[in-house]
Amino acid sequence: MAEPTRSLSSGPGRVLVAVYAVLALSATGRSVVQLVTKGDEAPVAYTLSAVAAVVYIVATVGLARSTPGSRRVAWVAISAELVGVLLVGLLSVVDVTLFDDASVWSDFGQGYGYVPLVLPVLGIAWLLRTRT
Amino acid sequence: MSLTLSYVVIGLSLLVAGYALVLLVRDRLVDNPLFYGSAVLALVLVGQLVGGCVALAQTSRDVEGITFVGYLLTAVLAPPVSIVWGVADKSRWGTGVVVIGMVTVVALQLRLLALWGVGPGGLGGG
Repeated sequence: MAEPTRSLSSGPGRVLVAVYAVLALSATGRSVVQLVTKGDEAPVAYTLSAVAAVVYIVATVGLARSTPGSRRVAWVAISAELVGVLLVGLLSVVDVTLFDDASVWSDFGQGYGYVPLVLPVLGIAWLLRTRT
Repeated sequence: MSLTLSYVVIGLSLLVAGYALVLLVRDRLVDNPLFYGSAVLALVLVGQLVGGCVALAQTSRDVEGITFVGYLLTAVLAPPVSIVWGVADKSRWGTGVVVIGMVTVVALQLRLLALWGVGPGGLGGG
């Protein structure tokens, strides 16, 4: 293990992919259930959660596949996450009436233990570290 | 839902996570005790899945059924998936995946307790 690995999904990257997979799964499951059972209560928030879920899935696959192409995909997805969580987080704090219910990115991902805020930073750090 | 069982699951998960963390710090791979620990936890979680579904069918509480069963199912899958994934990585980080898996089980238990209307809110939100 002395050689530093350049693969996106091995070593620490594997842990990152694992966290991404968990977040993708929980965000997908939750937003689907919310949209199906009470979609009319807070359509904006739940749709936003669904969009976030898709972005997490794309990021997970991008990191896990670890090819030059998937690396670019991961870059785009993870950047979108960071922008999303900062923008929606800010909006939800500035105007609490904007969303009828919490989304994944509301209050900077507080409902998910701020994992949505920390994860894209770690993801970008990992993409930079494994750059060849 | 049996609260005791939920607390047992949380305790077991933290135990396995702690052991995995020790392996991670010591730069060791996933070993037999970690494997068996996760296996025991998985069996307990299968029991919780069955018990949870029975309790859900009998309760008069207002519980989000789909989400509740979804959490129970995810909890059952977390240990085996994280072990398989952890074993596949021939570095200390394989055990890191197991730590994530165990933390996930704890988070799911907190959410289950919250859905059942007891315990601290835990991780929730949209």
